[in-house]
Amino acid sequence: MQRDTLESAPDAAADWPDQIYDLLKQHGIRQVALVPDAGHARLIRRCLADNDMQVVTLTTEEEGIAMLFGAWLGGEKGVLLMQSSGVGNCINMLSVPIAHRTPCPMIVTMRGEFGEFNPFQVPMGNATGAVLEAMGTLVKRADTPADIAPTVDATLRLAFNTFRPTATLIGQRVIGAKTFGK
Amino acid sequence: MATTAHNAKRLHRFDATKRLVARLQREEAVIGGIGHSNFDLWAAGHRPQNFYMLGSMGLAVPIALGVALAQPQRRVFALEGDGSLLMQLGCLATVATLRPANLAILVMDNGTYQITGGQATPAAGGADYVAIARGCGIAGAAWAADEADLERLIDNALATDGPHLIGLKLDDQGPAAQTERDPPQIRDRFMRGLGTKTSKLPG
Repeated sequence: MQRDTLESAPDAAADWPDQIYDLLKQHGIRQVALVPDAGHARLIRRCLADNDMQVVTLTTEEEGIAMLFGAWLGGEKGVLLMQSSGVGNCINMLSVPIAHRTPCPMIVTMRGEFGEFNPFQVPMGNATGAVLEAMGTLVKRADTPADIAPTVDATLRLAFNTFRPTATLIGQRVIGAKTFGK
Repeated sequence: MATTAHNAKRLHRFDATKRLVARLQREEAVIGGIGHSNFDLWAAGHRPQNFYMLGSMGLAVPIALGVALAQPQRRVFALEGDGSLLMQLGCLATVATLRPANLAILVMDNGTYQITGGQATPAAGGADYVAIARGCGIAGAAWAADEADLERLIDNALATDGPHLIGLKLDDQGPAAQTERDPPQIRDRFMRGLGTKTSKLPG
């Protein structure tokens, strides 16, 4: 996957990452598993600054599906933060929360769908929702800043109350499609 | 002097698993990895704190890590086959960075994908999992020289801060039994065994 830093970093004035952080606290999230994405950079900083959250930087998103499962087995709640390309890395492993009937909330920052400059982001970006749904995930999109907090809230509630993988896809239109180096 | 991979005695997996289970006295959690790793854990005698991973090849260590972080007062063991670990070698770096003191990993290395017919793994060229673990930063990783050394290393993992990694060279003996395949039941039993799921109803 691509991790061209800053090309998709959200506007500094946007406070939706802070709203997501507040939701993670409200839902009692203790383990935050992630492969970094620029779109999540501000949220990641908030989580890293929180002594009640264990932030786990993964070598691949697959690890995160397992970590969230292990956290639930051990009595804690977790969330997985990743970029749309990372969704492709964990598809088979979604069998874990499905087979065991456990929560697996994911917050995905989208690439490859709105003004993308990197050709490699487009195939997975356009397939992200369909592939997740094909693996039994309840997928909701947020395409405006005002949509993000209620959609993430719904995704967390669905996961923890109905014991299944759920995902919020944060549209690239919200995050901003910037050109690398400009 | 530390045991090297080629000097380690080839152990029977079922016997080694029974030796581990016999030394667990404090409701330690055990995550049995996919295939024969969890089959022999099952055969060694069910404990409420046993989890049997029927799918998701490579994820025994990351699952155990999640449990270990959630329950820092409990020792957590991951039993992972060599072929499975190859699918998720990066998790050793993750573990080394987080340094969960209560996590121990047993790598069950028979050099093959035994469950699919004994085909050699791509590590047949000589990859050394203990050396890989040390290279990732799990400084105390060690091969078990023989049965007595395995018991010594398990006792060490129970008594001292980890993360620990113990490499076991195995012979080609097959599993002693097969695990029942009911994932919700496996999960439910495990969570009750850990005290993380309670119900006012009996049973």
